[in-house]
Amino acid sequence: MKSSANKVLLSGNHALAEAAIRSGCHLYFGYPITPQNEIPEFMSEHLPKLKDGGFVQAESELAAINMVLGAAATGRRVMTTSSSPGISLMQEGISYLAALELPCVIANMVRGGPGLGNIVTSQSDYFQSTRGGGHGDYRTITLAPCTVQEIYDLTQLAFYLADKYRGPVIIQGEGLLGQMSEPVELRELEKKDLPPKDWALTGAKGRPGRMLRSLILEEGVLEEHNWKLNRKYKEIEKREKRSESYRMDDASLAVVAYGSVARIAKGAIKRVREEGLKVGMIRPISLWPFPDEAIRKAAEHVSHFLVMELSCGQMIEDVRMALEGKAEVSFYGRPGGGAIPNPAEFGRVISRNYYQKVRKTR
Amino acid sequence: MKLTKVVISGFGGQGIMMMGYALANAVMKDGHQVTLLPAYGAEVRGGSANCTIAISDDEIASPVASAPEFIVVMSTPAFLRFQNYLKSGGTLILNSSLIEGETIREDIKVIPVPAGKWALELGDLRMANCVMLGAFARLTGLVTLKSLEEALVSLFPARKAKLLELNQRALRFGYQTIEKEEK
Repeated sequence: MKSSANKVLLSGNHALAEAAIRSGCHLYFGYPITPQNEIPEFMSEHLPKLKDGGFVQAESELAAINMVLGAAATGRRVMTTSSSPGISLMQEGISYLAALELPCVIANMVRGGPGLGNIVTSQSDYFQSTRGGGHGDYRTITLAPCTVQEIYDLTQLAFYLADKYRGPVIIQGEGLLGQMSEPVELRELEKKDLPPKDWALTGAKGRPGRMLRSLILEEGVLEEHNWKLNRKYKEIEKREKRSESYRMDDASLAVVAYGSVARIAKGAIKRVREEGLKVGMIRPISLWPFPDEAIRKAAEHVSHFLVMELSCGQMIEDVRMALEGKAEVSFYGRPGGGAIPNPAEFGRVISRNYYQKVRKTR
Repeated sequence: MKLTKVVISGFGGQGIMMMGYALANAVMKDGHQVTLLPAYGAEVRGGSANCTIAISDDEIASPVASAPEFIVVMSTPAFLRFQNYLKSGGTLILNSSLIEGETIREDIKVIPVPAGKWALELGDLRMANCVMLGAFARLTGLVTLKSLEEALVSLFPARKAKLLELNQRALRFGYQTIEKEEK
């Protein structure tokens, strides 16, 4: 019997909110949308009780993200959360946050799109999160948890990375992960040294004034600013790629999946392993920077990659780019906002790919 | 424990989510891995409510159940809908105080529990969910009565100590009455 002494049963949404507050995020601005309403509800209950706490239910997502921008400019930790259509509305603000290099955390509990779509879980916002999302030449670190415990852990990491690299960090949750409850150990992420916030607008008493602006009209200065941002993104690509390998040692077929799909795929892999199929999985944890090296390295002994997503195929483009033609890639997915696949269904797809693509080449 | 999935269903307002939360919490206290997934949508009192609990000693892949081993139904619409999902050889536990009609399945075990009637004997129909949960613990052995009683503590704020006590009594009543009937 495993110990449950330090564990509490939390929904993904509550785990995210709890982790944010414990990370020192005492400011929250948001606008309601299913399936993430438990987050603002939790924040509205707990933040006003804190001496430096603030909660505002904004009049719109546009207002919320700009409140986040204002609060982040003062150097305080701040978060907003929403779901797909709401995150679309925030893209202008996210572009400004990237331009101004302001740290904040934005969680997207993805639901079915496009348009208002529906409230059922989905992975169809992968492109939006990993390609910048708004206008301009920028990227946002994007973390994709697959359990409630990981939501709790990655939320703390998100605040750390936001401060370390000065910019917005996206938590790519999913409706399913936000709604489900699992035991969570309330463990603290080790606090490492962070740079001082010597850019924060805290009142200029006794020091020269500071300014944050994204309108840069002087000749050559915007280009220089973009090169600076680019150097930062290169640094992030060098240091912050994260992925999990599951039974890859002897695998000849590798599933690539993230989030809820990865946990369902893991269940499927357990089943086909019992039948002797040598199948493993690489699970990207950071969607940007994408863990391309882990995938490229796996291609040394894996001849076939099977990408599984709850979308019609978005991450598959990153897998193909990572492989640079070194291995064959196939895809299995469904649009989000519909039925959630089960391990039996995934197991059948994996077996089919294994016998058609891997065994035939042996 | 081998992966076991339970679906609890009934009307919104019968305390279905509370049953799910209490069960999942108790299973965790018993030392197992667990996931709880409520059906979420435009839920209303009187509408349908259901949740899925997956229990295992291994990592749980999917929190969704396509063919659960156990189904607890508290209302007739829930009974009509969910009997079809039950795994062959599975167990259907139904609130016989409210549910009329027979199952169309011949490959499952059906156990009627007069949860509504027993709750009224205790003095309050609203206890039917905890009476059922107590009976469920005894019938399935998936969870201990002690952990269920403890799990309820986290559901009631301190100022509702009296309600907590009543619900814990309902749990014990369901558990013990089924036990007596078995003898």
